[in-house]
Amino acid sequence: MIKFSSKVFLNAILTGSMILTLSACDLSPKQEYSINITNLTHAQPLSPPVAMLHKKDFSFWSIGNEASEALEIMAEGGDGSGLLALESRNPQYQGTAPLFPGESVEFTLDTRRDRLKNLSIAGMLINTNDAFSGVNGIELLDLEEGQSSVYYAYTYDAGTEFNSELNGTIPGPADGGEGFNAARDDVTSVVTYHGGIVSADDNFTDSTLSGANKFDNPALRIVITAH
Amino acid sequence: MNKKILLAMALSAAFIGNASAQELNISFTNLTHGNHFTPLLFSAHADDQHIFEINTAASASLQAMAEGGDISGLINDLTALTADISANPAAGLMAPGQSVNFELTTQEINTHLSIAAMILPSNDGFVGLDSLSIPTEAGTYTYYLNGYDAGTEVNDEIINGGAMPGVAGIPADPLGQNGTGASGVTNSENNKNIHIHRGVLGDTDTTGGNSDLDSRVHRWLNPIARLVIEVK
Repeated sequence: MIKFSSKVFLNAILTGSMILTLSACDLSPKQEYSINITNLTHAQPLSPPVAMLHKKDFSFWSIGNEASEALEIMAEGGDGSGLLALESRNPQYQGTAPLFPGESVEFTLDTRRDRLKNLSIAGMLINTNDAFSGVNGIELLDLEEGQSSVYYAYTYDAGTEFNSELNGTIPGPADGGEGFNAARDDVTSVVTYHGGIVSADDNFTDSTLSGANKFDNPALRIVITAH
Repeated sequence: MNKKILLAMALSAAFIGNASAQELNISFTNLTHGNHFTPLLFSAHADDQHIFEINTAASASLQAMAEGGDISGLINDLTALTADISANPAAGLMAPGQSVNFELTTQEINTHLSIAAMILPSNDGFVGLDSLSIPTEAGTYTYYLNGYDAGTEVNDEIINGGAMPGVAGIPADPLGQNGTGASGVTNSENNKNIHIHRGVLGDTDTTGGNSDLDSRVHRWLNPIARLVIEVK
């Protein structure tokens, strides 16, 4: 956190107001982004999605690195509030309901700061052990007013829970089992892409999942429009 | 735009095209959750050259790479073509999630990039890139790569150490998550040309079943690798 002395801060306010009186231009215009997320899967509800505008050097996850506990909690149990708490003063959105297959949700985020123009979004595929989808630090700086960008999001494995598919290990409606568990027992302990689920319909009789829960890439469509 | 500006642009473009060696900063990531890549091979070569092409039969060198991870044949082929080569930049097997970053300097004539490495465990699966036109304008470019099947070996999913070209079976699972004693998923290879890999089946029987692979661990979805090229 940068600390201003009160004197410098006062100067900054004065300068700002002086320029404002000299010019009708808005020095730091509010940039608003509308964000539309569509769940493209067959039967994988997405946990209430979370989104945040942030600096370039921040991320919710990174391929090849171990998941933070906040990411683990989201990927295993669907609660993304811990990810938002990592930068609680940033422009952010917390979904209020799961995003069901075939449905879309739209919300807006705004900022006056060019340094907060990277967008991340995350949500769990809740009929899995620790699969999630989203986007990781999309650069919005070059998106001009009235323009839209479309992204297709792949599915990640948090690397925190073995994809056992066993009864009692999956929080979504396909099982109603456990969400977050701090123990880490995956064969690969870093964040990667997801290999998909097997399911009982694919010769894994112990699986609590059915063929209906299978998914492929991409899992989400995300449309961002600058206003 | 007036003609004069267009002409100036054409001239400057031609000038950039004639510039000599290109310096590339390459970053490559194994995106899979349960598969290693054997030593990677990167090469910049002329636009009419290929180490593999979809819907054609694999060369003997490509087959040796896809079935056993041996890139020496491909290196010999590419050296004869005066390609610019980076062999094994990750210094051995590349684990799930692992990235490698390195520089590749290309000669003027070598305008296209190809990549290959075996997916382990698989019978003859490989991650590949066939002759991508390397961007010449400064910037950072991201590409996602798919898994291919060389079409040279039956995908029986039996781990028996078989790594030599023409020898059935899978060399090993570096993750150590495989079973043993499988009877084999199939004994035919319908498409003997290079094609998109259909993925592996696996099972959860560690002492038998059809497959020595674990269906919960060794399956993958495309894309399986990320390539980032920074053109300076």
